[in-house]
Amino acid sequence: MNLHEYQSKLLFKNYGLPIPTNYVCQSVDEIKEILAEISTQSLINKKWVAKCQVHAGGRGKAGGVICTDNLNQIQQFAEHWLGQRLITYQTDNKGQPVNKILIEQASQILNEFYLGAVIDRALQRVVIIASTEGGMDIESVAENTPELIHTMPIDPLTGPCAYQGRELAFKLGLQGKLINQFTKIFMGLAKLFIENDVSLAEINPLVLTENEELVCVDAKIVLDDNALYRHAELSQLRDITQEDERESIATKQGISYVSLNGNIGCMVNGAGLAMATMDIIKLYGGEPANFLDVGGGTTKERVCEAFKLILSDNHVKAILVNIFGGIVRCDLIADGIIAAIQEIDLNVPVVVRLEGNNAEIAREILANSQLNIISAESLADAAQKISAVAV
Amino acid sequence: MSILINQDTKVICQGFTGSQGTFHSQQALDYGTKIVGGVTPGKGGTTHLGLPVFNTVKEAVQATGATASVIYVPAAFGRDSILEALDAGIKLIVCITEGIPTLDMLFVKEKLKQTDSILIGPNCPGIIVPNQCKIGIMPGHIHLPGKVGIISRSGTLTYEAVKQTTDIGVGQSVCVGIGGDPIPGSDFITILSLLENDPETELIVMIGEIGGMAEEAAAEYIRQYVSKPVVSYIAGVTAPSGKRMGHAGAIISGGKGTAAAKTKALQEAGVIVVPSLIEIGNAIKKIIN
Repeated sequence: MNLHEYQSKLLFKNYGLPIPTNYVCQSVDEIKEILAEISTQSLINKKWVAKCQVHAGGRGKAGGVICTDNLNQIQQFAEHWLGQRLITYQTDNKGQPVNKILIEQASQILNEFYLGAVIDRALQRVVIIASTEGGMDIESVAENTPELIHTMPIDPLTGPCAYQGRELAFKLGLQGKLINQFTKIFMGLAKLFIENDVSLAEINPLVLTENEELVCVDAKIVLDDNALYRHAELSQLRDITQEDERESIATKQGISYVSLNGNIGCMVNGAGLAMATMDIIKLYGGEPANFLDVGGGTTKERVCEAFKLILSDNHVKAILVNIFGGIVRCDLIADGIIAAIQEIDLNVPVVVRLEGNNAEIAREILANSQLNIISAESLADAAQKISAVAV
Repeated sequence: MSILINQDTKVICQGFTGSQGTFHSQQALDYGTKIVGGVTPGKGGTTHLGLPVFNTVKEAVQATGATASVIYVPAAFGRDSILEALDAGIKLIVCITEGIPTLDMLFVKEKLKQTDSILIGPNCPGIIVPNQCKIGIMPGHIHLPGKVGIISRSGTLTYEAVKQTTDIGVGQSVCVGIGGDPIPGSDFITILSLLENDPETELIVMIGEIGGMAEEAAAEYIRQYVSKPVVSYIAGVTAPSGKRMGHAGAIISGGKGTAAAKTKALQEAGVIVVPSLIEIGNAIKKIIN
């Protein structure tokens, strides 16, 4: 689950990470109040930054961020963006809705660093990553100049240690009181990561200001979905307006669904087989419209829900059902598929490949159903048949 | 002699009296697995499926001499159950549970390093030696004793590979599902090293998927240490970047973990990588002929 920048910064604040003075607004009235408050304080002559709060990177280049000392411009910016959709290189062509804007005091930047935390799957540790190349795309830095990326694995049994923070600080070339400042940020970030079951945290950039202070100017946090059950407060921060509608519905029903760009809907049991089914469709010249794992227990109800999800994408011209009936008998699955097709009055062709227990009986049941079902003998046969009907 | 388990392996089940534990323990018993009891805290002293129930894994081990355990507890108790099995000296722990938080697994892995126990899973179908011992949720009847060792990150893809090797009459020496999580108890390399030294295994099928660098690491290991032929399939050629494809570990992030990169690494290590799932059986037939 992704957090917004303003939510991440609140979490930063709780762990003692320095963030700029900021305000969040979700309406034009609110922005007026905030600007009025700013006007009455000595903050008025400072520069301010306003940023659209969406779950996507590349906001600056897409016009979703401004920096100005003119408060009227901030009001205009908010009036323009609130309720609109921001399209960046990381979003689809509809963009993400802007429901909130973060307004914060601009920092006088002397230098920019990168600080992040991830789970390194090979090391099997939480790893803190630091670089002097702040404000850049860290993946290209890692690709082109790996020597500028410094990493520090955290032992799960000891947690983060101050000396590790100092080591990174020296590698970044920090001196004097900045060593301690950085170490505090390092400790706070690692603690935040571990205590909240984070799977990715990024401060990019971590800014060194002209006043010799380190400040977290941007913030990104992704949480481990599997651990949300033990973080009730964090679960409340979910913003479903930022998520694909179909994917959110699927999640609620315990179905894994990802929308893709093709026109062949897929319903499969098992994540691996679902991917392999997409791959084989492509191999036979078709384009998958989605990834869908119906999960264990292929009952009529689940199949119904899955069909509805697939059909809510109006690009879908045909549906391929690929089920390996291991423990569940295929004839029961066939009954479920027929009942589901009748219940939702399905009107696109469906190719069904059932393999495993009682597969032959299942094929007969499907063939005798008088419905728009094409029964396939094998996965290759299914891929060929589906590509033929989806043109 | 097969790897990790055989017809004499004594197995207990953690989460024995729950619906999953009950269903799959019965299936395993029907297959001939020596399930010797189970653990459900608070139900010690009772019997279930005609077998004794214990309050703790330690008691179960003392009373039955079990060396393997299969875990069917809810995700929130996954870490505790694995650590309990480790502490009781269980040598082979098979964790079927899906959805264990990643940070829990970091602790488990740290603890595993201090022992000589092996953990298979979590989020996996388990391990089976056909006609001898089935520990997990795989359908027993599709298997055939034979000479192909199968390792996979995906349950249903393992079944597909099993079916194809059964259909061509070659059969399986052992099938190990290492699971779809980012931090698995055992990786490809652990199992590859066992299969390389297993006289029953003549060929290896390795099924990978997008996400992480486990296939790349396995490729390097195969290049150096594996003399037996390896056939591989990698799922997720069409998976978009940045999206989790069902399994917690199946995600391309920062351009890393693509099917193309994995295929290339494996091919360079001399592995036959088939472009489609349905080609596994044919590739094996070619090698044998």
